[in-house]
Amino acid sequence: MRIAIIDESAVRASVMQEGLAQLGDCEIFVITERRGLVRRISEIDADIVLMDLGNPSRDVLEEYFAVSRVLARPIAMFVDDSDEESIGASIDAGVSAYVVDGFAPHRIRSILDLAIRRFHAFSRLQTELSVAQSKLAEREAVDKAKRILMQTRGLGEPEAYAELRKTAMNQGKRIAEIADAVVTAHKLMGGAA
Amino acid sequence: MTTKFSIGFLPLVDAALPILAHVHGFAADEGLSLELVKDVSWATVLDRLLYGHTDAAHMVAPLAIATTLGRGRPAQPLSAPFVLGLNGNAITLKSDLAARVAPEGALGDPAAVGAALREIAMERKAAGHPLCFGVVHRYSSHNYMLRYWLSACGIRPDEDVEISTVPPPFCADALEAGDVDGICVGEPWNSVAVERGAGTIVLATAQVWRRGVEKVLAMRESVMEERRGEVEALIRALHRAARQFVDPEALVTNAAILARSEYLDADVNLIQRALGDRLLLHKGGEPIHFPDFMFQYREAANFPWVSQAQWLYSQMLRWDRTPYDAGDEAKVARVFRPDVYRSALTGTDAPLPGASSKVEGSLHQPMVVGTQQGLITLEKNAFFDGRIFDPHDLAGYLARDAYAK
Repeated sequence: MRIAIIDESAVRASVMQEGLAQLGDCEIFVITERRGLVRRISEIDADIVLMDLGNPSRDVLEEYFAVSRVLARPIAMFVDDSDEESIGASIDAGVSAYVVDGFAPHRIRSILDLAIRRFHAFSRLQTELSVAQSKLAEREAVDKAKRILMQTRGLGEPEAYAELRKTAMNQGKRIAEIADAVVTAHKLMGGAA
Repeated sequence: MTTKFSIGFLPLVDAALPILAHVHGFAADEGLSLELVKDVSWATVLDRLLYGHTDAAHMVAPLAIATTLGRGRPAQPLSAPFVLGLNGNAITLKSDLAARVAPEGALGDPAAVGAALREIAMERKAAGHPLCFGVVHRYSSHNYMLRYWLSACGIRPDEDVEISTVPPPFCADALEAGDVDGICVGEPWNSVAVERGAGTIVLATAQVWRRGVEKVLAMRESVMEERRGEVEALIRALHRAARQFVDPEALVTNAAILARSEYLDADVNLIQRALGDRLLLHKGGEPIHFPDFMFQYREAANFPWVSQAQWLYSQMLRWDRTPYDAGDEAKVARVFRPDVYRSALTGTDAPLPGASSKVEGSLHQPMVVGTQQGLITLEKNAFFDGRIFDPHDLAGYLARDAYAK
């Protein structure tokens, strides 16, 4: 069975690829480039095409499936009335699937379920990453604010931190917010960041 | 008490009415809290609509018809109770090609531009690399307007040239890279191509059909029936947005709203130009004024004339090469819902046409038409080749078409 994964996010595509590789009897092709998409897809001659819902080339691909006279096997948007639920779930997850006509429905379902799980896993990873990134940025701001207080008011490091924390508590704000304010104020007053 | 209503859209200038209805509070006044869901392909806008992520969508009118008829996917009946705008698209060619077929610094006559283009198309076809055009979707008015114009000028769209799908944001890239020789797309994407020096605007689609239907507000028929009261409230909000849209005083504000990152995320100057019916045809020139380039309000522009859906169906048959089917025509006629439009706006100051269909392309001068409320003067609505579409004779219209085969 030949599966094509079209995704402009190379990372997400590889998360998908890794998941689908568990199926064993699959050959998986990943396309992350927008240019030459239709040509690549026709060369691959896939049984199933998985594409992220936000991909701007979906209309191009659907037109190709609908009108191409070179396709030996017609491909349709995967909509089998019995599988409405499965499709709804895939669209919720952000993945659209196109399948060669007549492909076994139970196989489609298992592939789609796997794809959905990988898509969810990827969004979880992404959320974790952005949380980690914002924590890092917050820590940098706090460090900067501490240095400013140490230089301008001659405080030691523990005192500078205590000062930030006290202000944050008094104002009902987070330390990172107070630190940001200190850094901004310092810049406005002409200090080096 | 407000009810949530979500609307999918693509970042195009003619997504203006739902956006303005939301931002100016017209929807809130009607008890609706609109949520606007932006996507980058019509396929995704449609998926979200069919699987309930959205309640309604900004949609190319032919796609609502194709979906109802089950073209390309299992049939799902859609309803369009409000037209979001007429025309507003243009044809942009690579500048060297434009220089050979169109006058400099002005929009040409469609027949003359087409005749000049025909010579080049035939040369290119004979040389083995035919002219190639990009349209935004197979089931779009862009595709049908381009094909109508080409075929009436003696260029057979499927034999003499190539037409493929290019998503609006990539139109300028495709022209620049030489993937296509011309595009038919909505604003601001023609202007983006012009600003980048990738092409020259040669025609507005309003020159091909003076009052051609463009985007509609589409929803699942079942959703419209179940949420009828809210849908009518939405229509009233959109109608207010349309009236405000054409107010010259509001132009700058509206352009700034549409340009926001959550909506079109585009250059405010280009948007302002489109809203003001001004077009910069080629880089370095002066914008020209083309009255009614976008047509959003006058002459009951938002009224879903059933005859316009039927004209789109005639073009669908023509270019999908499928035979006429009376049952399908009945389904198509049910997609556009003038009855819902009327019921929503009865008792307001909106003019309401008494008829639901008209002969398209028959007006060569202004005509006052009968209404059940208010007064409407319909202006010229001609097709550039003078053909007339009588919805009662759809099959005859197709049969008389010399270029149908």
